[in-house]
Amino acid sequence: MHIPDGFIDAPVSIAAGVVAVVGMTYCVKRASADLDDRLAPMAGLVAAFIFAAQMLNFPVASGTSGHLLGGALAAILVGPAAGAMCVAVVLLIQALFADGGLTALGLNITNMALVTAFVGYALFLLFKRFLGSSDGRVAVAAGVAAGISVPISALVFSLEFALGGVADLNVGAVIAAMVGTHVLVGIGEGIITGLTVAAVLRTRPDLVHGVRGRARDLELRSGAAATA
Amino acid sequence: MSGLRESRKRLFVFIAAGLLVCFGLAGLVSGFASGSPDGLEKVAGDQGFLETAQDHALAGSPLAGYQVQGVSNGRLSGGLAGLAGVSLTFGLGLLVFSGTRALRGDRRDAVITDS
Repeated sequence: MHIPDGFIDAPVSIAAGVVAVVGMTYCVKRASADLDDRLAPMAGLVAAFIFAAQMLNFPVASGTSGHLLGGALAAILVGPAAGAMCVAVVLLIQALFADGGLTALGLNITNMALVTAFVGYALFLLFKRFLGSSDGRVAVAAGVAAGISVPISALVFSLEFALGGVADLNVGAVIAAMVGTHVLVGIGEGIITGLTVAAVLRTRPDLVHGVRGRARDLELRSGAAATA
Repeated sequence: MSGLRESRKRLFVFIAAGLLVCFGLAGLVSGFASGSPDGLEKVAGDQGFLETAQDHALAGSPLAGYQVQGVSNGRLSGGLAGLAGVSLTFGLGLLVFSGTRALRGDRRDAVITDS
Protein backbone atom coordinates (compact mmCIF):
# COMPACT_ATOMS: atom_id res chain seq x y z
CA MET A 1 0.00 0.00 0.00
CA HIS A 2 3.07 2.26 0.21
CA ILE A 3 2.86 4.74 -2.67
CA PRO A 4 6.25 5.21 -4.38
CA ASP A 5 7.44 8.50 -5.88
CA GLY A 6 5.97 9.21 -9.30
CA PHE A 7 2.48 7.67 -9.10
CA ILE A 8 0.75 10.89 -8.06
CA ASP A 9 1.57 14.37 -9.40
CA ALA A 10 3.11 17.21 -7.38
CA PRO A 11 -0.05 19.27 -6.64
CA VAL A 12 -1.97 16.34 -5.15
CA SER A 13 1.15 15.11 -3.30
CA ILE A 14 1.64 18.58 -1.81
CA ALA A 15 -2.04 18.84 -0.87
CA ALA A 16 -1.78 15.48 0.89
CA GLY A 17 1.38 16.74 2.59
CA VAL A 18 -0.63 19.65 3.99
CA VAL A 19 -3.36 17.25 5.15
CA ALA A 20 -0.69 15.09 6.82
CA VAL A 21 0.95 18.05 8.61
CA VAL A 22 -2.38 19.48 9.81
CA GLY A 23 -3.63 16.02 10.80
CA MET A 24 -0.46 15.13 12.69
CA THR A 25 -0.46 18.49 14.49
CA TYR A 26 -4.01 17.77 15.63
CA CYS A 27 -2.97 14.26 16.71
CA VAL A 28 -0.03 15.53 18.78
CA LYS A 29 -2.31 18.05 20.49
CA ARG A 30 -5.04 15.54 21.16
CA ALA A 31 -2.65 12.79 22.25
CA SER A 32 -0.85 15.13 24.62
CA ALA A 33 -4.11 15.88 26.41
CA ASP A 34 -4.88 12.19 26.57
CA LEU A 35 -1.59 10.67 27.68
CA ASP A 36 -0.87 8.86 30.84
CA ASP A 37 2.51 7.65 32.06
CA ARG A 38 2.18 4.32 30.35
CA LEU A 39 1.44 5.65 26.89
CA ALA A 40 4.95 6.49 25.68
CA PRO A 41 6.38 2.95 25.99
CA MET A 42 3.08 1.35 24.95
CA ALA A 43 2.80 3.53 21.83
CA GLY A 44 6.46 2.84 21.03
CA LEU A 45 5.73 -0.89 21.28
CA VAL A 46 2.65 -0.54 19.05
CA ALA A 47 4.75 1.27 16.42
CA ALA A 48 7.46 -1.42 16.62
CA PHE A 49 4.82 -4.13 16.25
CA ILE A 50 3.36 -2.46 13.16
CA PHE A 51 6.83 -2.18 11.62
CA ALA A 52 7.40 -5.90 12.24
CA ALA A 53 3.94 -6.90 11.01
CA GLN A 54 4.35 -4.86 7.82
CA MET A 55 7.33 -7.07 6.92
CA LEU A 56 5.05 -10.11 7.01
CA ASN A 57 3.35 -10.08 3.63
CA PHE A 58 0.67 -12.75 3.44
CA PRO A 59 -0.66 -14.12 0.14
CA VAL A 60 -4.17 -12.89 -0.72
CA ALA A 61 -4.71 -14.08 -4.29
CA SER A 62 -2.60 -15.50 -7.07
CA GLY A 63 0.55 -13.43 -7.29
CA THR A 64 -0.66 -10.81 -4.81
CA SER A 65 0.24 -10.23 -1.19
CA GLY A 66 -0.87 -7.86 1.52
CA HIS A 67 0.39 -6.76 4.88
CA LEU A 68 -1.10 -5.21 7.98
CA LEU A 69 -1.71 -1.46 7.72
CA GLY A 70 -2.14 -1.31 11.47
CA GLY A 71 -3.83 2.07 11.84
CA ALA A 72 -7.05 0.63 13.25
CA LEU A 73 -5.13 -1.72 15.54
CA ALA A 74 -3.00 1.14 16.86
CA ALA A 75 -6.08 3.34 17.36
CA ILE A 76 -7.85 0.65 19.38
CA LEU A 77 -4.77 0.04 21.54
CA VAL A 78 -3.62 3.62 22.20
CA GLY A 79 -6.39 5.89 20.85
CA PRO A 80 -6.87 7.25 17.31
CA ALA A 81 -4.59 10.29 17.68
CA ALA A 82 -1.65 8.41 19.17
CA GLY A 83 -2.45 5.49 16.86
CA ALA A 84 -2.11 7.63 13.73
CA MET A 85 1.18 8.94 15.14
CA CYS A 86 2.41 5.34 15.59
CA VAL A 87 1.85 4.59 11.89
CA ALA A 88 3.48 7.90 10.89
CA VAL A 89 6.55 6.92 12.95
CA VAL A 90 6.63 3.58 11.09
CA LEU A 91 6.38 5.35 7.71
CA LEU A 92 9.25 7.70 8.62
CA ILE A 93 11.49 4.78 9.59
CA GLN A 94 10.48 2.86 6.45
CA ALA A 95 11.94 5.69 4.36
CA LEU A 96 15.36 4.39 5.50
CA PHE A 97 14.35 1.07 3.97
CA ALA A 98 13.44 2.84 0.70
CA ASP A 99 9.79 1.84 1.18
CA GLY A 100 7.20 4.50 0.30
CA GLY A 101 8.40 7.50 -1.71
CA LEU A 102 9.66 10.62 0.08
CA THR A 103 7.49 12.90 -2.08
CA ALA A 104 4.60 10.51 -1.35
CA LEU A 105 5.08 10.65 2.42
CA GLY A 106 2.11 13.00 2.84
CA LEU A 107 -0.07 10.69 0.74
CA ASN A 108 1.05 7.64 2.70
CA ILE A 109 0.55 9.33 6.09
CA THR A 110 -2.93 10.42 4.97
CA ASN A 111 -3.99 7.00 3.66
CA MET A 112 -2.18 4.60 5.97
CA ALA A 113 -2.08 6.56 9.24
CA LEU A 114 -4.88 9.14 9.43
CA VAL A 115 -7.62 7.38 7.44
CA THR A 116 -7.09 3.91 8.90
CA ALA A 117 -6.75 5.13 12.51
CA PHE A 118 -9.73 7.51 12.58
CA VAL A 119 -12.08 5.56 10.30
CA GLY A 120 -11.06 2.29 11.93
CA TYR A 121 -11.65 3.68 15.41
CA ALA A 122 -15.04 5.17 14.53
CA LEU A 123 -16.14 1.82 13.06
CA PHE A 124 -14.78 0.02 16.14
CA LEU A 125 -16.85 2.20 18.49
CA LEU A 126 -19.92 1.62 16.34
CA PHE A 127 -19.51 -2.17 16.25
CA LYS A 128 -18.65 -2.32 19.94
CA ARG A 129 -21.89 -0.51 20.73
CA PHE A 130 -23.87 -3.21 18.91
CA LEU A 131 -21.80 -6.22 19.91
CA GLY A 132 -21.08 -5.40 23.54
CA SER A 133 -17.82 -5.09 25.42
CA SER A 134 -16.83 -8.58 26.52
CA ASP A 135 -13.27 -9.47 25.46
CA GLY A 136 -14.37 -11.71 22.61
CA ARG A 137 -16.84 -9.21 21.22
CA VAL A 138 -14.36 -6.35 21.47
CA ALA A 139 -11.84 -8.43 19.52
CA VAL A 140 -14.45 -9.16 16.83
CA ALA A 141 -15.45 -5.48 16.64
CA ALA A 142 -11.75 -4.58 16.33
CA GLY A 143 -11.16 -7.13 13.58
CA VAL A 144 -14.17 -6.16 11.49
CA ALA A 145 -13.45 -2.42 11.87
CA ALA A 146 -9.80 -2.92 10.89
CA GLY A 147 -10.79 -5.10 7.95
CA ILE A 148 -13.13 -2.45 6.55
CA SER A 149 -10.55 0.31 7.08
CA VAL A 150 -8.30 -1.29 4.41
CA PRO A 151 -10.60 -0.97 1.35
CA ILE A 152 -11.53 2.52 2.61
CA SER A 153 -7.85 3.42 2.59
CA ALA A 154 -7.62 1.93 -0.93
CA LEU A 155 -10.59 4.07 -1.93
CA VAL A 156 -8.80 7.20 -0.70
CA PHE A 157 -5.76 6.21 -2.78
CA SER A 158 -8.08 5.81 -5.78
CA LEU A 159 -9.40 9.32 -5.19
CA GLU A 160 -5.86 10.68 -5.11
CA PHE A 161 -5.11 8.74 -8.29
CA ALA A 162 -8.23 10.16 -9.95
CA LEU A 163 -7.13 13.70 -9.02
CA GLY A 164 -3.42 13.42 -9.63
CA GLY A 165 -2.49 10.09 -11.18
CA VAL A 166 0.45 10.60 -13.56
CA ALA A 167 -0.67 7.75 -15.83
CA ASP A 168 -3.68 8.60 -17.96
CA LEU A 169 -5.96 5.64 -17.29
CA ASN A 170 -9.56 4.64 -16.82
CA VAL A 171 -10.06 5.69 -13.20
CA GLY A 172 -13.08 3.40 -12.74
CA ALA A 173 -10.99 0.32 -13.49
CA VAL A 174 -8.28 1.43 -11.05
CA ILE A 175 -10.86 2.03 -8.30
CA ALA A 176 -12.49 -1.37 -8.88
CA ALA A 177 -9.13 -3.18 -8.85
CA MET A 178 -7.84 -1.30 -5.78
CA VAL A 179 -10.96 -1.81 -3.69
CA GLY A 180 -11.46 -5.42 -4.85
CA THR A 181 -7.89 -6.42 -4.03
CA HIS A 182 -7.94 -4.62 -0.69
CA VAL A 183 -11.15 -6.27 0.45
CA LEU A 184 -9.02 -9.44 0.43
CA VAL A 185 -6.11 -7.73 2.19
CA GLY A 186 -8.66 -6.43 4.72
CA ILE A 187 -9.59 -9.98 5.69
CA GLY A 188 -5.99 -10.58 6.76
CA GLU A 189 -5.91 -7.20 8.49
CA GLY A 190 -9.08 -8.11 10.39
CA ILE A 191 -7.76 -11.48 11.54
CA ILE A 192 -4.39 -10.09 12.69
CA THR A 193 -6.05 -7.13 14.44
CA GLY A 194 -8.68 -9.28 16.17
CA LEU A 195 -6.09 -11.78 17.41
CA THR A 196 -3.70 -9.05 18.59
CA VAL A 197 -6.41 -7.15 20.45
CA ALA A 198 -7.60 -10.42 22.01
CA ALA A 199 -4.04 -11.21 23.16
CA VAL A 200 -3.56 -7.77 24.76
CA LEU A 201 -7.02 -7.91 26.36
CA ARG A 202 -6.08 -11.26 27.88
CA THR A 203 -2.81 -10.05 29.36
CA ARG A 204 -3.24 -6.32 30.03
CA PRO A 205 -6.84 -5.13 29.40
CA ASP A 206 -5.99 -1.93 31.30
CA LEU A 207 -3.62 -0.96 28.46
CA VAL A 208 -6.32 -1.09 25.76
CA HIS A 209 -7.60 2.42 25.00
CA GLY A 210 -10.68 1.08 23.19
CA VAL A 211 -12.12 -0.43 26.40
CA ARG A 212 -10.98 2.32 28.75
CA GLY A 213 -13.30 2.73 31.71
CA ARG A 214 -14.87 -0.69 31.23
CA ALA A 215 -16.16 -1.63 34.69
CA ARG A 216 -15.03 -5.25 34.69
CA ASP A 217 -11.35 -4.33 34.25
CA LEU A 218 -11.52 -2.14 37.32
CA GLU A 219 -13.12 -5.00 39.21
CA LEU A 220 -10.52 -7.41 37.87
CA ARG A 221 -7.70 -5.16 38.91
CA SER A 222 -9.03 -4.60 42.40
CA GLY A 223 -9.66 -8.35 42.59
CA ALA A 224 -6.07 -9.01 41.54
CA ALA A 225 -4.86 -6.51 44.13
CA ALA A 226 -6.92 -8.25 46.81
CA THR A 227 -5.44 -11.65 46.04
CA ALA A 228 -1.91 -10.26 45.81
CA MET B 1 4.57 3.48 46.67
CA SER B 2 5.25 -0.24 46.27
CA GLY B 3 2.02 -0.45 44.23
CA LEU B 4 3.41 2.11 41.81
CA ARG B 5 6.73 0.30 41.60
CA GLU B 6 4.92 -2.98 41.05
CA SER B 7 2.84 -1.46 38.26
CA ARG B 8 5.95 0.01 36.60
CA LYS B 9 7.63 -3.37 36.78
CA ARG B 10 4.61 -5.07 35.22
CA LEU B 11 4.56 -2.51 32.42
CA PHE B 12 8.29 -3.00 31.83
CA VAL B 13 7.81 -6.77 31.61
CA PHE B 14 4.91 -6.35 29.16
CA ILE B 15 6.88 -3.95 26.93
CA ALA B 16 9.98 -6.18 27.03
CA ALA B 17 7.93 -9.27 26.15
CA GLY B 18 6.16 -7.33 23.38
CA LEU B 19 9.48 -6.22 21.91
CA LEU B 20 10.73 -9.81 21.95
CA VAL B 21 7.67 -10.78 19.91
CA CYS B 22 8.41 -7.92 17.46
CA PHE B 23 12.06 -9.00 17.14
CA GLY B 24 10.94 -12.56 16.49
CA LEU B 25 8.47 -11.48 13.82
CA ALA B 26 10.80 -9.05 12.05
CA GLY B 27 13.99 -11.07 12.55
CA LEU B 28 12.81 -14.62 11.91
CA VAL B 29 9.23 -14.91 10.63
CA SER B 30 9.81 -12.20 8.00
CA GLY B 31 12.05 -14.65 6.10
CA PHE B 32 8.93 -16.68 5.33
CA ALA B 33 6.74 -13.79 4.19
CA SER B 34 5.19 -13.80 0.73
CA GLY B 35 7.43 -12.26 -1.91
CA SER B 36 4.53 -11.45 -4.24
CA PRO B 37 3.84 -7.78 -5.04
CA ASP B 38 1.48 -6.13 -2.56
CA GLY B 39 -2.04 -5.02 -3.46
CA LEU B 40 -1.11 -1.58 -4.78
CA GLU B 41 1.91 -2.85 -6.72
CA LYS B 42 -0.15 -5.63 -8.29
CA VAL B 43 -2.93 -3.27 -9.30
CA ALA B 44 -0.36 -0.81 -10.67
CA GLY B 45 1.16 -3.59 -12.76
CA ASP B 46 -2.19 -4.90 -14.01
CA GLN B 47 -3.62 -1.46 -14.79
CA GLY B 48 -0.41 -0.22 -16.36
CA PHE B 49 0.85 2.54 -14.10
CA LEU B 50 3.67 0.68 -12.36
CA GLU B 51 6.21 2.19 -14.77
CA THR B 52 5.38 5.71 -13.53
CA ALA B 53 7.08 4.78 -10.21
CA GLN B 54 10.46 6.40 -9.72
CA ASP B 55 13.43 5.07 -7.82
CA HIS B 56 13.39 5.87 -4.12
CA ALA B 57 15.56 8.82 -3.12
CA LEU B 58 17.13 6.62 -0.43
CA ALA B 59 17.56 3.57 -2.70
CA GLY B 60 21.25 3.61 -1.73
CA SER B 61 20.50 3.42 2.00
CA PRO B 62 22.34 0.61 3.81
CA LEU B 63 18.88 -0.78 4.72
CA ALA B 64 17.19 -0.28 1.33
CA GLY B 65 14.72 -2.99 0.38
CA TYR B 66 14.75 -4.46 3.91
CA GLN B 67 18.21 -5.91 3.31
CA VAL B 68 21.39 -4.98 5.16
CA GLN B 69 23.96 -3.92 2.61
CA GLY B 70 26.92 -6.28 2.48
CA VAL B 71 25.15 -9.31 3.98
CA SER B 72 24.73 -11.73 1.09
CA ASN B 73 22.46 -14.35 2.71
CA GLY B 74 19.00 -12.99 1.90
CA ARG B 75 17.16 -14.35 4.91
CA LEU B 76 19.90 -13.28 7.34
CA SER B 77 20.16 -9.87 5.70
CA GLY B 78 16.38 -9.40 5.84
CA GLY B 79 16.23 -10.58 9.43
CA LEU B 80 18.95 -8.17 10.52
CA ALA B 81 17.21 -5.34 8.68
CA GLY B 82 14.03 -6.28 10.54
CA LEU B 83 15.79 -6.17 13.91
CA ALA B 84 17.23 -2.76 13.02
CA GLY B 85 13.81 -1.51 11.92
CA VAL B 86 12.05 -2.65 15.09
CA SER B 87 14.76 -0.99 17.22
CA LEU B 88 14.68 2.25 15.24
CA THR B 89 10.86 2.37 15.26
CA PHE B 90 10.64 1.74 19.00
CA GLY B 91 13.34 4.36 19.62
CA LEU B 92 11.72 7.03 17.46
CA GLY B 93 8.33 6.15 18.96
CA LEU B 94 9.62 6.60 22.51
CA LEU B 95 11.17 9.92 21.53
CA VAL B 96 8.00 11.21 19.82
CA PHE B 97 5.63 10.07 22.55
CA SER B 98 7.83 11.24 25.42
CA GLY B 99 7.96 14.62 23.70
CA THR B 100 4.19 14.59 23.27
CA ARG B 101 3.73 13.76 26.93
CA ALA B 102 6.08 16.60 27.88
CA LEU B 103 3.79 18.98 25.95
CA ARG B 104 0.97 18.14 28.31
CA GLY B 105 3.06 19.14 31.33
CA ASP B 106 3.69 22.56 29.79
CA ARG B 107 0.05 23.06 29.02
CA ARG B 108 -1.12 22.06 32.47
CA ASP B 109 1.27 24.59 33.97
CA ALA B 110 -0.11 27.21 31.61
CA VAL B 111 -3.65 26.41 32.66
CA ILE B 112 -2.73 26.76 36.31
CA THR B 113 -1.01 30.09 35.66
CA ASP B 114 -4.05 31.29 33.72
CA SER B 115 -6.43 30.53 36.54
